Amino acid sequence: MWDYLVDRRGLIAFQAVQHVSLVVQCVVLATGIAIGVAVLSYRSPRISGLANGLSAIGLTIPSFALLGLLLAPFGFGITPAVIAVVFYASLPILRNAVVGLAGVDQSLVESARGIGMSRLATLVRVELPLAWPVVLAGVRVSTQMVMGIAAVAAYVLGPGLGSLIFSGLSRLGGANALNATLVGTIAIVLLALVLDVVLVLVGRLTTSKGIRV
Amino acid sequence: MSETIAERSDERPGSGPTAEARHVSGVSIRLDGVTKQYPGQRTPAVDAVSLEIPAGQIVVFVGPSGCGKTTLLKMLNRLIEPSGGTIYLGDEDVTGQNADQLRRRIGYVIQADGLFPHMTVGTNVGLVPKMLKWGKERVAARVDELLDLVGLDPETYRDRYPKELSGGQQRRVGVARALAADPPVLLMDEPFGAVDPITRQRLQDELLRIQEELGKTIVFVTHDFDEAVKLGDRIVVFDVGARVVQYDTPEAILADPAEDYVADFVGAGATLKQLTLTRVGDVELRQPQVARVGEDSAPVVRRAQAAGDQYVVVTDRRGRPISWPSLAELSRTSTVPDTVDEHLPVVGLHSTLNDALDTMLAASQGGVVVTGRDGVAGVMVVETVMAAIQQTRGEAQG
Repeated sequence: MWDYLVDRRGLIAFQAVQHVSLVVQCVVLATGIAIGVAVLSYRSPRISGLANGLSAIGLTIPSFALLGLLLAPFGFGITPAVIAVVFYASLPILRNAVVGLAGVDQSLVESARGIGMSRLATLVRVELPLAWPVVLAGVRVSTQMVMGIAAVAAYVLGPGLGSLIFSGLSRLGGANALNATLVGTIAIVLLALVLDVVLVLVGRLTTSKGIRV
Repeated sequence: MSETIAERSDERPGSGPTAEARHVSGVSIRLDGVTKQYPGQRTPAVDAVSLEIPAGQIVVFVGPSGCGKTTLLKMLNRLIEPSGGTIYLGDEDVTGQNADQLRRRIGYVIQADGLFPHMTVGTNVGLVPKMLKWGKERVAARVDELLDLVGLDPETYRDRYPKELSGGQQRRVGVARALAADPPVLLMDEPFGAVDPITRQRLQDELLRIQEELGKTIVFVTHDFDEAVKLGDRIVVFDVGARVVQYDTPEAILADPAEDYVADFVGAGATLKQLTLTRVGDVELRQPQVARVGEDSAPVVRRAQAAGDQYVVVTDRRGRPISWPSLAELSRTSTVPDTVDEHLPVVGLHSTLNDALDTMLAASQGGVVVTGRDGVAGVMVVETVMAAIQQTRGEAQG
């Protein structure tokens, strides 16, 4: 296995970078979408309930099946991979964003309005910063989850370490087949841990000292 | 000893706050038939209230919970939109104005801690000036000025977060924030509700001191009649539907309640309530020997012995009292120590005799140190309170 690693280090490194880049970009996009939807829905208990329900159902759709379904309209390549990863990534973030925004003390919102902040300023300067730690917890869950889902995206020829795993699995018994699968899997686990540490640091840097626990 | 006191008591600082003509920076508020009818409710929460709140005065809204006093207050800055009637600020009809712009001209302090926990004290206080597009340096200077005004050292507190402050300090910052853009009107919705009695009393004193300096128009909501009597230049007593039952000075309401309802609300101990009307600044105070931290002890002890005192009031470098050691204690030291007595009973000149008595009892002491604007104004002893009670009793019977 060591020889395999050394021989293919260029390819493995390239695929690792691709994998992380797919995940990070998709999570960033998903965070934006999820916060947007949450902002639109958190004021109404009915709509936010609906959003939570949909996100719970969405998470039960097998990723393999969703990717297969996306093949028909989008063909092979990056597009279906990105759509699937963004879809899964946004669900935990959405749920947390709704909970986080709804959890902001209403007296603070009233106080913000009372000193003359507009609706938008209240959202941007008070509600979102206070909900941010909860949103970020959702981002961490999402990132861990879609590291695995991004591997499945190799099925539709998306980028990343998944191609190592799939090519290994398809040639199981052949030369280096087990090595390829193991290297792909272990690399994903390690990268997921690294990303999590990075997100913890991001949380430290972006959460006000006044609300850190 | 008695000579010294008599002689010194002539110097006692001016009489009560109401006696002097106050500097006024507030504007009057006029309500004309203001109504709030919530959809689906048969009776309006606020029913056609007309009131005139004079400029530069503290007007306190009291009444049982649910009587609509808070709703009425929130209609003044249109956090609740009135469903009828007109509100004037000065001569200006503000009923149709942009609510956000209006609120930046009206300070607002709410019940619980309305401070934003993710912003520092300085940022919190500077919010409104920043929204009004003041320059950075002007905001920073204003923040320091205000923290100073509410008795918090800017160097120490500017960069702290609200969670690092005590409840009382948070309320002070809340008041500072409301005053930041120098609004003519201040709305306060039970701002000192959830703090312990001693802290509340100090906050009330501070508010009166600040008001004496600034002369804002303050509308203050409370359900505590003692608080209303202490703070209010005038009191509005409300019944359900924000019906104005009586609108008068505290003295007049206590002396002549308009209806049984008011008499019930004022409470049975109306004689003792007079204690709430008499201010510490209105009675005779003893003048103690005052020593600064770091002075040589021996001359201080000699000075106090010459004056016949048993104790000395020690102040810190800014002139605030921190302890009152006995002469025996002090003579064991070479310089005046800087130990802070956490339980030192202190009241302000605006405190009521009731407050002073409370403070003495809480500290298990027979007297309190009284502070004025420039440090120690004197010491009041329990006998003075007793004398005042005797006197009002006598007046009530005679």
